Amino acid sequence: MSRDVLLEVKNISLSFGGVKALRDISFDILEGEIRAIIGPNGAGKSSMLNVINGFYHPQEGEVWFDGRLRGPMPSHEVARLGIARTFQNIALFKGMSTLDNLMSGRLINMKCNMFWQGLWRGPAEREEMEHREKVEEIIDFLKIQSIRKTPVGRLPYGLQKRVELGRALAAESKLLLLDEPMAGMNLEEKEDMCRFILDVNDEFGTTIALIEHDMGVVMDISHRVVVLDYGKKLADGTPDEVRSDQRVIDAYLGVAHE
Amino acid sequence: MIYRESGDFKTSYHGDQQMFPIALDKWFVILVGSFAFLVVPFIINDYWEKSVLVPVLVWAMAALGLNILTGYCGQVSLGTGGFMAVGAYASYKLTTSFPELNLFIVVLLAGGVTALVGVVFGLPSLRIKGFYLAVATLAAQFFLVWLFNKVPWFYNYSGTGMITAPERFVFGVAVSGPNSPPWATYLFCLTIVVVFAIIAKNLTRGRFGRAWMAIRDMDIAAEIIGVPPLKTKLSAFAVSSFYIGVSGAMFFTIYLGAVEPTEAFGIDKSFLVLFMIIIGGLGSIFGSFVGAAFMVLMPVLFKNIMVGGLGWPTDLVAHLIFILIGGLIMFFLIVEPHGLAQLWRVTKEKLRLWPFPH
Ligand SMILES: Nc1ncnc2c1ncn2[C@@H]1O[C@H](COP(=O)(O)OP(=O)(O)OP(=O)(O)O)[C@@H](O)[C@H]1O
Ligand SMILES: [Mg+2]
Repeated sequence: MSRDVLLEVKNISLSFGGVKALRDISFDILEGEIRAIIGPNGAGKSSMLNVINGFYHPQEGEVWFDGRLRGPMPSHEVARLGIARTFQNIALFKGMSTLDNLMSGRLINMKCNMFWQGLWRGPAEREEMEHREKVEEIIDFLKIQSIRKTPVGRLPYGLQKRVELGRALAAESKLLLLDEPMAGMNLEEKEDMCRFILDVNDEFGTTIALIEHDMGVVMDISHRVVVLDYGKKLADGTPDEVRSDQRVIDAYLGVAHE
Repeated sequence: MIYRESGDFKTSYHGDQQMFPIALDKWFVILVGSFAFLVVPFIINDYWEKSVLVPVLVWAMAALGLNILTGYCGQVSLGTGGFMAVGAYASYKLTTSFPELNLFIVVLLAGGVTALVGVVFGLPSLRIKGFYLAVATLAAQFFLVWLFNKVPWFYNYSGTGMITAPERFVFGVAVSGPNSPPWATYLFCLTIVVVFAIIAKNLTRGRFGRAWMAIRDMDIAAEIIGVPPLKTKLSAFAVSSFYIGVSGAMFFTIYLGAVEPTEAFGIDKSFLVLFMIIIGGLGSIFGSFVGAAFMVLMPVLFKNIMVGGLGWPTDLVAHLIFILIGGLIMFFLIVEPHGLAQLWRVTKEKLRLWPFPH
């Protein structure tokens, strides 16, 4: 099966003052695949996602998305191109309910003007219903019906992570960036999260870039893996190729298994 | 079970999306609404108009406005007094330049003018946040009041530097000027405030409200889900200033009748409205009303009881009120940032379960 390239980063270099977070990184993400980004702490994984969704602007290099070179643009415009993400540290809207958090994920698709919004009639009501239905599908999919109206600040950690995934899903993006979606979860929660990620990929055909520390999970669910270490690309290939790469074993797996 | 949500099942999202999904809430609002519109106009007198109803309505309008900006969008402003002044002077210039213009339209246009001014002063909010933004809006407060003192065009070159609301009619009844009957001024304000409270409710529960709250709760995450920060903040400044401008226009044309900017629209008014939304409830439409009512009525009540009833000296009571407000502000900021509205909500939740708490 030959797939199109959805996203390609070319020769990305990013530094903060003296710290070189990324050095000359190139890789691509194919349409419909689950692409894992792994590496030890501080390797530059999160920075890479931040470059992809336009939050960091690299000093050098190019980002190609959907066949087009992406000029420098603010991250809210990148979101409109079809890139959604979750964060390593949960970044939900704490004062809002689960439902509102998910609905806010659909804001990029809502355009009813202020006049109708103020009256809550006609187009405003229609638009709200339309998006509500979409969001309810996601709520069912993630099995979070019972916390629909709960302010997310009151939810336990694992559920918050799930709601955050929901908010990213609500955008119906082409590319979903997940920064350690399973960090800090217990085994059961991890299994659930894996299931959701696989199902999203399967059922909705969403392309996923995933950062994860749990090697078992990574090897299980990803199609291809890119390994970063101190801002450099160490290896890139299928889970099997990466697993048997001597440099990866030395630099990363060795450390993790000590 | 007095107050119930159970058994009140929603069979569609449509039902769930009503303004008051709980039937009892809806009936309560309808009851209060009909009383306010159909009964109060017949029993209102000068005292109730001037010291209770009209000021509560005027300040509720301002509190709604500030709550949109601060409570929903998280942008602290201390420019409320200045923006009220813009509304007042805009309505003055409009109604003296176009005497035939219906006062409803004058007041709304004054809100529109204030919205534009608000957007200009909202521009720095892209770069500065929190405390620093508050200081920047403070600059707006002082600049605007200074401007209305300084430029005679604004007060039509009157010798005193004051502006006076001329008599204006709506449907043949005077609603401004000394001859306006209490029921007319009351109904005028009530209509505007109720209509715009409903609009505020609708705006805040829809896409604008969610974008505002997203910015408030976590601006970085908001940007990453596609909420443009500047546009969103400016829309909050615009809507908020519109409300505050309308409030200022009513404050001047209907309530005071004559104002001098330093006195009527000073920094103390900015704080007053801020206190209203803190005590009433940040991010709550209902709370804006509760806060306005509380801040207007509490001093009246205390004066009546302590000065009138117990015969305490006026200045002592005035200071006691200051202390009480200060204490309440601290209490709400620390213990219950969602204010009286939240306490009410919690009580309702308890009532809903009563007498079986589980
Ligand atoms: N905004 C920033 N300012 C300064 N330095 C930064 C910033 N963001 C990242 N860095 C630095 O860049 C390097 C890579 O950080 P990054 O967060 O991308 O690592 P990571 O691979 O995600 O690590 P972890 O597994 O701990 O999440 C680190 O040295 C970090 O200190
Ligand atoms: Mg990271």
